[in-house]
Formats: sequence, C-alpha cells, structure tokens
Amino acid sequence: MPSDGKIGGKSDGTLGGRSDGTLGGRSDGGKAGEILRLDNVSASYRGLKALQGVSLAVEAGEIVAVVGANGAGKSTLLRTIAGQVAMEGTVMFDGQSLARVPPHQVTRRGVGLVPEGRRLFPRLSVEDNLRLGAYTRRGPDRFAPLAQVFELFPRLGERLSQRAETLSGGEQQMLAIGRALMTQPRLLMLDEPSQGIAPKLVDDILAAVGRIRDLGVTILLVEQRLAESLELANRAYVLQTGRVVMSGPAADIARDDGVRRAYLGL
Amino acid sequence: MSAISIDTVLQVALSGLLMGLIYALVAAGLSLIFGLMDVVNFAHGELLMLAMYATFFLNLWFGLDPLILLPVVAAIMFALGVAIYRGLISRALGVQFNRGMVQIFVTFGLAIFIRGAAQLAFGGDFRSVGTSWLANRTADLHGIYVPLPQLAASAVCLVAFAGLFALGRTEFGRALQATREDRDAVALIGIDRDRIFAIGWGLGAAAVGVAGTMLVGFYYVSPNVGANFALIAYVTVALGGFGNLMGALVAGILIGEVEAVTAQVLEPSLKQVGMFAIYLVVLMVRPRGLFGKL
Repeated sequence: MPSDGKIGGKSDGTLGGRSDGTLGGRSDGGKAGEILRLDNVSASYRGLKALQGVSLAVEAGEIVAVVGANGAGKSTLLRTIAGQVAMEGTVMFDGQSLARVPPHQVTRRGVGLVPEGRRLFPRLSVEDNLRLGAYTRRGPDRFAPLAQVFELFPRLGERLSQRAETLSGGEQQMLAIGRALMTQPRLLMLDEPSQGIAPKLVDDILAAVGRIRDLGVTILLVEQRLAESLELANRAYVLQTGRVVMSGPAADIARDDGVRRAYLGL
Repeated sequence: MSAISIDTVLQVALSGLLMGLIYALVAAGLSLIFGLMDVVNFAHGELLMLAMYATFFLNLWFGLDPLILLPVVAAIMFALGVAIYRGLISRALGVQFNRGMVQIFVTFGLAIFIRGAAQLAFGGDFRSVGTSWLANRTADLHGIYVPLPQLAASAVCLVAFAGLFALGRTEFGRALQATREDRDAVALIGIDRDRIFAIGWGLGAAAVGVAGTMLVGFYYVSPNVGANFALIAYVTVALGGFGNLMGALVAGILIGEVEAVTAQVLEPSLKQVGMFAIYLVVLMVRPRGLFGKL
C-alpha cells in the first residue's frame, strides 16, 4: 500500500479518504489488510445458479482479477458484492457484513462499482455526472477527488460541459470510473472496462487502473483481456460455471497451461 | 357575428392566462411524478380536492386567509405525497408480476377511496372559503376587469413554477434528473432512489396543493371537484410532453387560452371542446407532445 499517494486513506477528502487515516482499514479483528472476504457465496441470476459456493479474499491495496469464460458468473459476482443480487453465504467488507445491505448503502460504505455498460446519466453533463458521484458525501473536501480524476483522465477535464451521451465509448468508460472514484471508494470493482473501446484507449484505461491502485484504492477487476489483466493484477481467481476453480498470484495463473489453453488460445 | 372589441380580446386572453397558469401547476405535479418514475397518478385530482378542503377547513377554524395557509397546506400535501409513496406506490413498484397494471390500479383505487371518503366525511355540498382578503375584489385595468383571487392564484402559480425550475438547477435537482434517467444506476453513487421517489411524490403533491389552496379562493370545493381538473391536467401533460415541466407550463397556458376563446366564441358550456380538439390534433401530429423527447 503506498503511503505517498494522494488517493487513499487520507482525511483530506481525496479518493478513498477516511478520517481514520487507514486505507481499507478494518474495524474488527479480521485478517490483517483484508478488505473483502466472500465465504461460500451462492447467487441466482434470472433463475439460473450463477454463483455456487464462491469464496475469495481481497487484500487492501492490491488488484485482484476475476477471469473466466462468458457466463462463468464474473459480473454476477460483482453485482452480488454490490448488493444488487440476492445471495446466500457471507460477504464481509472492512469487517462488516454486506448481507441484505441495499446497493446505495454498499456504495456509501466504500464499495464502488463501474458496471458493464457503464450506466452513466446520458443527458447530464460530464461535470454533473462527476459531481453527482460526491452527492452523498459531506464536508468541504467532498469534490477534492475531482483533481485526481482529471489527472487520471485529462480528456474529461476538456469535456466538462458535454453531455455524457456525446462522449466516445472510451471517454464514457473514463467518466464511469471517474464518477465511481468521486464516491471515494476503498474498493473499486470494474466490470469489463475495456468492452467496446478503441484499442488505444484500452491501454490508457488499464494504465489508469494501475495508477488508481498505486494511489491506494483496492481493485477487483473483471476483464475479458486476460493477458493484460493478469499482467496488471497481483492475484487472480478463475471462475467456471459459477465456481472458483483456481486462484493464486496472477503471474502463476498466467503461466498455467490449462488457463493458457482455455482462455488465451495458447 | 358582431365585431369583437379589443377590450374583449384582452379580457378573454387574460382570463385564459390566469386559469391556464393554475392548470399548468396542477399538471406540473402530475408531470413531475410521471417524469421521475413513469407512474401516472390517477389520484392527482383527488389530491387537489384534499388541498382545497384542507384550505377550506383551516380557513373556517382559524379564520386565516388562504394566502397565509399556503405554506401550511403545501407542507401537509408534501407529507401526504410522501406517505402515499411509502405506503402504496413503493409496494406497487416492488411487485414482480404485471407491475404496470398494478401501478394503474393502485392510484385509480386510491382516487376512488379518497373521493368516497371525502363524500362520507364532508358530504356532497359545494363549499367556498368564508373569509379572504381578496374575495369578490376586482382590479380595473383600463376597462379590463381582473378578479383579484384569480390574479393572486396565477401569480402564486408562477412563483411555484419559478421554485420548481430553480430546484431543477440545484444539486438535488440533478439527483432527481439522474434518478429519472436511470433509477437503478443512482445506487452506484450512493443515492437511495426510494428517498428521491418519495420526495418527488411529496413535491408533486405540494405543487397540486399550492394550486388547490389558491383555487379555493374562487372555485367551489366538493368531493368531485378534482375530476375536471385532473382530466385537464392529463391533457396538459400529454400536450406539453410527459415529464417536461416547461411543457406543462406552456401547455397549461395554451389550454387556458383555448378554453377562454372557445367559451367566448361558442358558449361557456362548450369551453372544453377547443381544448380537446387541439389535443387530438397534437396527438396525431406530434404524439410525444410539444416539448416531449423521444
């Protein structure tokens, strides 16, 4: 966990900022540095068992990639953590259970989600989309993360008055990430951030994900581009038909013959 | 047909404008709720009726002028709107089957319930406020007569509109618009959409409450008074464009004018003919309404 970054664990209203000065700080006696833990989580989506007994843990300050084929349950996993899908099992964030916590409260507790499809407010301006990210935060520094968002995505600063719907796909993704960062999350979950985006911008966005982590925000990443996401991640989980079939350091997963055959076509 | 004097034209135009602004504010409440959550409140006319009765009784008991009672009735109606959302609408939104029909029947049933309860509690008599500063007073503007209760009512409606427009420019207004654009996505920024919906219902009911409070100064109140205004409000909202506040304002004034002109040219009992004729034309030519977006 970096100690020099502006983002994370600060009391000055910057990203991930908390008044206790800890990034992903725990309030009970869970495992040191662990910010998210799922134990035996099962969930159904549209009548199908999308997750079956999934257990995983995320340490504060790392990037954890969740990989798997289409329909493996990756998006459902993020939506379940975000409180959008009814589930069985245990989801603990920062030492507190997220069971039956409504989605808006999950966000307020410090879990940001950038969903598939981005879900921006299309007729609102870029500035309004970003400022609304801080809607539920209070205090004079509530808009402080704006500076860091513009540092990460300078294009957004040039398009403040444009309606979100007029942005390119890549810019919309930047805006969706920026909006989520405005909520000052300690855990940021990204669902397919490269989907439908020009290759050049994909590199920019994945580079920004790395920088967000360097600034102290923990990342849970679902990404189709397996090679790039495993390169970026510290650890990874492989999902298959709703179950975790493999987990470990991202570099080890990337070297695994089975994974390379199944997902990288090697 | 004999020639119409300029005074008559101005008189008709002014009457239409004054009534149109009231129609507009009644419609604004309906439009606000529809725009926010795609629910047509079929009990909107009954909310108007309740606001009129509330003003009538508060005036009767405390002898206070409707203008003084305005914030009180608006606050009561706001609370009632929130209660209706929390008690009925949020449950109707939560059903898994035939949600659209359930929403229609819930507000329709509420309308019948409120009307029946009013009939039972207040009887069917037509009532009007006993004491009012402006009652029966008229201003003479160079031969054009302006009834002061109507003038005050339309001025209050304009102020209420200004308030609603100003609210739209606040951070809360942006949150309303965001909720309207994607009710599920607001959770991603920590906004409780149920709270926004409840406040939206409160604001819609308060808007119709303001209109009702001023209306009772020159219009008899009875359990059925809401039905006519509700019908005009539905036409106004459809004409202006569902969910569009500016559309409600323009369409309300337009309907007031068309009604006044029709009453003058044909006869008062046919005053709504022109309004419905224009509505049908707009429906055929521009179904989304004058200001509606696709």
